[in-house]
Amino acid sequence: MKKILCVCGHENPEGTTLCEKCGSPLSEEEKGRKLADMRYEGTAIRSKTYNKTIIDKIWNFFSSVKVGVSIIIITLVAAAIGTFLPQVIYVSVPENADVKETYADAYGIFGTIYYNLGLTDIYGSWWFQVLIGMLAISIIVASLDRGIPLYKSLKNQRVKRHENFLKRQRIYGAGEMTAAEVDNAFDLTEEKMKEMKYNIRREEGALLAEKGRFARWGPYINHVGLIIFLFGVMLRLMPGFYIDKTLWIREGETMAIPGMEGYYLESEKFVFETYSEDEQKEEFNQSKKAVNAVAKNYQSDVKLFKAPDDAVPGDTSNLTEVKEKAIKVNDPLKHDGYALYQMDFRLNELKTMHFNLTDKKTEKSLGAVAIDLTNPEKEYKVGKDSKVVLKKYYPDFAGFEDGEPQTASPLPNNPAFIFEMYTPETPKGETSFVAIKQPIEPFGENKYAMKFSSVDTRNVSGLTVRKDKTLMILMLGGIIFMLGVTIGSYWSHRRLWLLKTKDGRLLMASHTNKNWFSMKKDLDAVTEYAHLPAYVDQYDEDQKAEEEEKKLKDKEKEGDNTL
Amino acid sequence: MSLIDLSGNLLFVAFVAYLVATLLFGGAVKGGSKGESENAGKKWGSLAIVITIIGFVANLGYFITRWIYAGHAPVSNMFEFTTAFGMFVVGAFILIYFIYRVPSLGLFALPIAIIIIAYASMFPREVNPLIPALKSYWLYVHVITAAIGESILAISAVAGLIYLLKNIDLTKRSKQSFWIEIVMYALVLVLGFVAVTTTFNVTGYEAKFSYVNKDGATQEITYNTPALFGMHQSELLTADKMEPLANTPSIVNAKKLTTVVWSILIGTLLYGLIRLIIRKPIAVVMQPFAKRANSQLMDEIGYRSVLIGFPVFTLGALIFAMIWAQEAWSRFWGWDPKEVWALITWLYYAAFLHLRLSKGWQGKKSAWLAVIGFVIIMFNLVAVNLIIAGLHSYAG
Repeated sequence: MKKILCVCGHENPEGTTLCEKCGSPLSEEEKGRKLADMRYEGTAIRSKTYNKTIIDKIWNFFSSVKVGVSIIIITLVAAAIGTFLPQVIYVSVPENADVKETYADAYGIFGTIYYNLGLTDIYGSWWFQVLIGMLAISIIVASLDRGIPLYKSLKNQRVKRHENFLKRQRIYGAGEMTAAEVDNAFDLTEEKMKEMKYNIRREEGALLAEKGRFARWGPYINHVGLIIFLFGVMLRLMPGFYIDKTLWIREGETMAIPGMEGYYLESEKFVFETYSEDEQKEEFNQSKKAVNAVAKNYQSDVKLFKAPDDAVPGDTSNLTEVKEKAIKVNDPLKHDGYALYQMDFRLNELKTMHFNLTDKKTEKSLGAVAIDLTNPEKEYKVGKDSKVVLKKYYPDFAGFEDGEPQTASPLPNNPAFIFEMYTPETPKGETSFVAIKQPIEPFGENKYAMKFSSVDTRNVSGLTVRKDKTLMILMLGGIIFMLGVTIGSYWSHRRLWLLKTKDGRLLMASHTNKNWFSMKKDLDAVTEYAHLPAYVDQYDEDQKAEEEEKKLKDKEKEGDNTL
Repeated sequence: MSLIDLSGNLLFVAFVAYLVATLLFGGAVKGGSKGESENAGKKWGSLAIVITIIGFVANLGYFITRWIYAGHAPVSNMFEFTTAFGMFVVGAFILIYFIYRVPSLGLFALPIAIIIIAYASMFPREVNPLIPALKSYWLYVHVITAAIGESILAISAVAGLIYLLKNIDLTKRSKQSFWIEIVMYALVLVLGFVAVTTTFNVTGYEAKFSYVNKDGATQEITYNTPALFGMHQSELLTADKMEPLANTPSIVNAKKLTTVVWSILIGTLLYGLIRLIIRKPIAVVMQPFAKRANSQLMDEIGYRSVLIGFPVFTLGALIFAMIWAQEAWSRFWGWDPKEVWALITWLYYAAFLHLRLSKGWQGKKSAWLAVIGFVIIMFNLVAVNLIIAGLHSYAG
């Protein structure tokens, strides 16, 4: 490895721009600057030093802040485009309909183009994931590239720096003083700066006051937090870390909880409430009637059961109750790392249908039949000598196809039945097709009919079953990020250097990574107390000089005009 | 006086106090510049900040009394949230003022807060009961923290605006002088919206229409402004009211479109009038108020407020938001438009910080970025709530 020799005799690794020991400028670029580039303390940064092999090139690509910011901006724009129309997960596509058609119907040509470009599922697209991946790589590479050298450099800081270093700081002052005055100034500075909570280090003829160095680690800490967070998000793709199931459970039912082995849930009741009128603040409610429709509460009253460890799956004979809970929106049931959320509901689902086996002429009933629509029996005894056989059951009758009745779903939304009715008068049986409001007698006129009498309904709760083992990792990432971003934002790294030169001057220079205004308040205090030489903000001076130059030029121009 | 009346009155007091304080800050800025003693300027300045604080306390009073009355934090609809945002902008200004003590910041920050509160009061002020999804203490924690973060970030835009007014050469035609005038125009447009809404509210304009919605069903809608655009296949039901100039397809909410177009029309008219009276761009008239500001200090305030606001915004708008989303919707992130726009805002300010730290973007570049950041925040508040529908759209 090439070494760079400084005027002070210190050997610096290749790529160093400010001497590690004395702070003198080393590179031509750095020498050309009026003020030292203090961002990474002039330390050798890999990406700025090597650019030969393919690995160097990849490293340099990802460590570049320009590339990082570009990825951020591209991600940002892509994310924004994804909000132009609702994403496909938020669009209710009617059954038997195409997603593309749905977009075309709702949003016209724009919707079609949007769909064809794949923008309706933009966040799930491979290229969006690649963008996030690249962002993660960029964060890691850039942090290692800058963070490690910066850490080393700040850890091994020397107290005594070269005049060339001090002169090239933004805040700089120099004054002639006797040796005694200088010593006195050093002592007073130490005293005052200590009072202001600075750490003081002194060497022969030099002083370094430093405060808040840890603020420089803020950005690197928050990047670690982000990486942990993104890692957690990736982990959800691994089996077992993340469960997301839906459970529809009817009032009175006990069901095995999907994804949650050995646990059963009993639904006692589903409650849906809306606000009543007198719950409204009268003087402020102009639209009182409309408010009646405002939902107040969705709630499933449930009991959670656990089967014994050695139980056969599905065996519900030996359940022990674990918990009783009213699951509400914002108040899930949590147990053993799982959570059950109130997500959806169906009101008044048909539960039981009551029929009477009736003689059509005399309208005399032979007896009642109650059919449990979710669990119908094959045969129902009616009275002593009659029976009804349920030949076929169509829970969600959707019309005929080729003469055959069809069901659209297994949900009892529109039940239809084919009954065979056996009575002493009709021992061979009569067949009847019964759907809501449309009895059909396919084999000629029957003597008996299944007459509808009443129906029982019940509510259904739509619950989401979640287990997310990554939550703790995400939380950890979030906490570390907040910690890093807080110390990086709310604290600043401030330093003051004093140097006694051989020709009898006292030099002072100061640097802070931000909030120069507050730094100057500290400096004003110490300058006055310790009689330090007056300082100037060279950055500001630059601007003033520029402005003056500009004014001069303008005046010259005006002069030209008047001539 | 009932609690809710008291609450309304306190808001009014705050509003007036902010107006008075703005004038006083103007005195503080001008006073220092007219060769009067520096003390005169300082006196104006101290009086101005005292009035601002009185206004802010009254504003807090509004917030607390309304909270007690409603039984939940008043951040659950557009009026409540926007008012709270305006209040926090003043709070953020007070915070920054006590770090840097720059009166010109008040001269620009308070009018922006005033415009925000005026805008807020155009929305229905009724106290709504909470829907189940909002019934959680996370509503207060998440929304209030996010709003505070956004308001501190907004101060950065104010500092940026002052920096730009001072440093852009407005005597020459340039992209920058054009865009700074566009910013002024945009502020006048908001006033246009306020003027339109107030005028038709006072006159009590109401026109009912029936229309066919996206699903083919017939519905009714009430316009509070003369309809420029009608809803899909709309028919006027109220007699003697203006017929729409044109009907729109069903995906367009013509009522909102009408309000927007009215605001632009009246706002532009207002802008034209102002230009006719002052006979120069508004930015040129504002410039002398910014001239006294110290550029370097404004640059630092702009940066500092992003530094202060960014962690608060992250905490409120992303982290608390995720915790609540996990609790309420069973997932911490669902790519809902409002979530996405919070992420966009966050990414934007992350880019801002990286450009500033590593690329050395200071001065004008940084100031423009801060102003654009405020545009994104306002887009988030206005457009995402009112136009882009999503899980958060109940906020409208």
